Amino acid sequence: MSIRERLSGNEATALGMKQINPDVVAAFPITPSTEIPQYFSTFVSNGSVDTEFVAVESEHSAMSACIGAEAAGARAMTATSSNGLALMWEMVNIASSLRLPIVMALVNRAISGPLNIHCDHSDAMGVRDAGWIMLFSENNQEAYDNLIMAHRIAEHKEVLLPLMVCQDGFITSHSIENIELIEDDKVKAFVGKYEPKDYLLNKKNPLSIGPLDLQAYLFEHKAAEADAMRNAKKVILEVADDFEKLTGRKYSFFEEYKLEDAEVAIICMNSTAGTAKATVDELRDKGVKVGLLKLRVFRPFPAEEIANAIAHLKAVAILDRADSLNAVGGVLFQDITSALYVNNKNVKAVNYIYGIGGRDTKMDDLEKVYNDLLEIKDSENKVENPYRYLGLRKED
Amino acid sequence: MEINPNTPYNKITIGGNICEAGNAKNFKTGDWRSVAPKWIEENCKQCGLCFPVCPEDAIPVTKEQKRTDYDYDACKGCGICAKVCPFKAIEMKEE
Repeated sequence: MSIRERLSGNEATALGMKQINPDVVAAFPITPSTEIPQYFSTFVSNGSVDTEFVAVESEHSAMSACIGAEAAGARAMTATSSNGLALMWEMVNIASSLRLPIVMALVNRAISGPLNIHCDHSDAMGVRDAGWIMLFSENNQEAYDNLIMAHRIAEHKEVLLPLMVCQDGFITSHSIENIELIEDDKVKAFVGKYEPKDYLLNKKNPLSIGPLDLQAYLFEHKAAEADAMRNAKKVILEVADDFEKLTGRKYSFFEEYKLEDAEVAIICMNSTAGTAKATVDELRDKGVKVGLLKLRVFRPFPAEEIANAIAHLKAVAILDRADSLNAVGGVLFQDITSALYVNNKNVKAVNYIYGIGGRDTKMDDLEKVYNDLLEIKDSENKVENPYRYLGLRKED
Repeated sequence: MEINPNTPYNKITIGGNICEAGNAKNFKTGDWRSVAPKWIEENCKQCGLCFPVCPEDAIPVTKEQKRTDYDYDACKGCGICAKVCPFKAIEMKEE
């Protein structure tokens, strides 16, 4: 029997880490992820995990310590937010290029400046192409479940890439919700033992990592890394299948909510999907055919699968919780419109930048998006102003 | 495992890992050189000052502790040997 509990997203993440019982956790506190290493360090002090907890002096050092530990042959984890991830950026790229399956809990918070401690996805988007697998979580349950699945995906021999589990700062990380936990022994059996093929502390097979990689080699190593990211798609689905057998909870690249017979839909990630589901239900009650695609696996990006899942729509709104200051819309919008074009699907698409710096996004806001979509759907013309803001103050 | 500039990307070790020991000698640092030391044997007194200061061990020494000509696959052309030679037996020349 699973365990019913009430936990915040941070508590659920720390508890998941306790059940995984990694060899090393190196982390530096930063709001809103601070509670994760804080709770975890109490598990270390109480002796309920065997983990070596490294209280580093910066996030750059946190990722460096994880790299050293993972390369040595240990299972290493960390947690961070916002500018902590920005400070890690150099080592985030080293971790993936050395093919070290480190697992990170990323509690999404706006990147400064000006200074803001609340949720948006600008931290995650800053490392979107750094070679990390990126899973997004609607609520505490998904943050926990994604974490339990993380090592199986990252450590798979055809993948060997680091992985981050994202959840919305404060909205998810600090909200207490019901949750179903898996028993300790079942988590232990599911996650399994970390058995790297090559590692530095193996005295039988000496190993050098991170050598000079000039014109004759770097191209090939990056291509192999890109292959690993492609391979991750298959592994993510296999692990999700096993997870469903264990828990009954089904995961895929994305969740389709009343999408099958919808005429228009929203695509978004993390906690906003919960608000969108409630909005869909309300509009469905009035007979309006609306739906939602909630993206879980952002990297690797399931381009073809998304294009096929939304091909029947008459219009789609893609919601980005991070602005891309490039005059052509957010990351998710660019990825999805590219996916549509490459897969020869023609769906009218509009982008909304929303929720920046923790700006609340309510059902009213999402209802407005659906109403806009219904207008776009019936229009003969191309989408007017496809790069829009949701909830921004503006004087006309 | 032999990896060279013709190895395809799908046959290469991940992340550039070198999965065996003792192969630094296969890395020819001599390619980096822009100036090369020239050993002028008739000036050399075999005083033994040059080879201990060579950072690349590029001056081969016999069992009788006598130096021989340079290993140009290893010599980076740093010129330390020429600086320490008291007998003008080493000259640095542009290549």
